This record gives sequence, C-alpha cells and structure tokens, in this order.
Amino acid sequence: MATTLPNPTRMELTRLKRKLTTALRGHKLLKDKRDELMRQFLDLVRENKALRERVEAGLAQCNQNFVLARAGMSDEELNTAMMAPKQEVLLEADSRNVMSVDVPVFRYKTRTSDPADIYAYGFAFTSADLDDAVQSLADLLPDLLRLAEVEKSCQLMAAEIEKTRRRVNALEHVMIPETQQQIRYITMKLDENERSTQTRLMKVKDMMLEQTHHYREKNEEKYAAG
Amino acid sequence: MYKIAVMGDRDSIYGFAAVGLETRPVADQAEAAKTLHDLAQGGYAVIYITENYASLLGREIAHYSEGALPAIIPLPGVSGNTGLGIARVKKSVEQAVGSDIIFGAQGK
Repeated sequence: MATTLPNPTRMELTRLKRKLTTALRGHKLLKDKRDELMRQFLDLVRENKALRERVEAGLAQCNQNFVLARAGMSDEELNTAMMAPKQEVLLEADSRNVMSVDVPVFRYKTRTSDPADIYAYGFAFTSADLDDAVQSLADLLPDLLRLAEVEKSCQLMAAEIEKTRRRVNALEHVMIPETQQQIRYITMKLDENERSTQTRLMKVKDMMLEQTHHYREKNEEKYAAG
Repeated sequence: MYKIAVMGDRDSIYGFAAVGLETRPVADQAEAAKTLHDLAQGGYAVIYITENYASLLGREIAHYSEGALPAIIPLPGVSGNTGLGIARVKKSVEQAVGSDIIFGAQGK
C-alpha cells in the first residue's frame, strides 16, 4: 500500500494525524458538495431535456414555415425584407454561484416591446407565410434563450461533478487509507522501540544489581555448601 | 451588454435576423471555424450553431465549453434534426453521473 515508509518519529506521527483529520474533513465536505451538485444537476438536466425537445420541435416547424415563405418569394425580395431588422435582443449575462460553479444567468430585453410590432418590412411585397414564419420564431425565442442558459449550466456542472467525484474517490480510496496505514506503521514502530528500551533497561538493571550484590556467586556458594 | 449570434448555412438561419439575432451565414468548415472564433472572442454570450456545422467543429466547440461564456448551442437546421443536441445533453449526464439515467428509457 504505502510505497515509501515514513520516518518513525513522533513529529511525523503528529503531522500524519493532522493530515488525516484534514483529509477526513475534506472528504466529507467534498462528498456533500458532490451530492448537492448532483441533485441540482439532475433537476436542471431534466429541464434541459424538456426544453430541447420543445425547441427542436418548434424549430422544425419554423424551418418549415421559412421554407414555405421562401418558396413564395424571390431571393431579392426576401433579402430586402430581412435586411434591416426592427427587433433587437439585448442580452445581459450575470453569473450565479451554485456550489462554486459559476453558471450563467441571462436576462434579455427586446427593443420593441410590442410582440406584434416585430415585422421589419412592409406587407406589400412579402408573402403572408413570411409573417407566420417570423411570428413562430419570435414565439420560440424565450425558450431558445432559456435553453442556452440551462444547457451551458448543465455542461459546467457536469464537468464540476466529474472533478469533485474524482477528488472524493482519490481521498476515500487512496489518501485516507494510505495515511492510516502510515500512522499504524509509526505507532507500531514507536511501541516496538519503547518495548525494546524497556527490556534493555531491565537487563541493565539486572546487570548492575549483579555487580553490586553478587547474587549469583552467593547462590553458588550456598549450593556448594549445602 | 452581450450579443447573440446565429451561425450556419444561410437557409437555416436567415429567419433569425427577423427576431433580432445576428446571423452569420457560413459556407464551409474553414469559414465556420473562423467565424466561431471571431464570435466567441467578440462579446457574444450565446452562439447558436446549426447541427451540421456543430458536428464539423467539435474541437473548437469543446475548446469554448470550459469557460462560463460563450454558450455554444447546436440547433437543428433546415436539413433536419441529426440528434446532435440531445446527444450532447446525454453526454453531460454520462459525464456527471457515470451512466445515462435520463435518456435510458428512450433507448437512444
């Protein structure tokens, strides 16, 4: 497990213990972050899916309308009609912080607020199909903008979730077990050292007593006499 | 104040001009890549791109997908829906969850 053995010192032990506490706390926090991000992501991605389906269906309809409009008019007339748009979309982008991910928030204003006042051309030379087509696209615009916001948020959050998950796993399966292993190694080594010191001391004490009192010699004399 | 642009083949996008979005018709891949870079660096917050060009410019789009802006969103063009947009949503689910749990029922 542990590729390099740490120095079996008390200082290293304290350091490792501190590292373990930090790792455990970080692991818990990151796990919470991942769970909350995941919850929000799933809500958002469901909305994204619904929006996309709606927008794609709407756009298919719009495209059909535009093809129809184009069929009824010459290219020049169409270009003239589209040349100077009356409507303009002004977009303000803010960002919102969701669990440390900056997701965009769009607010938009249109230049002409009247939804019926979007046609930039006179009605004399254009077909009615073009009006329908432009109208259908204008109706779709709020959904389109919301889709941009939601889809971008989803992408950013997905990337962040992946990153967080990697970190959680690295802490859970590598960092924390490794540190625990090292702590165990040092504790055992220190205990072993202590035991060996103790034994040595006992031995030394025995030897010193022997030197002063000569127990063994006295014992031998006793046996010899007896 | 940001702007919104739509790029793709002319037939698919010319209508967007009428609702106030900027249209950038492109004719081939090289031009599309250049336009995309110009738009991304030119203060556009949202860039809609038709699916056929989005599939050609996968790398360029991935390059811009990390920052907060711009949001590059593929839309089906006049030639029909290639499923690229939904596939992208599906991919982000797979990236986040590890497996697809939203679109699984559809068997796509």
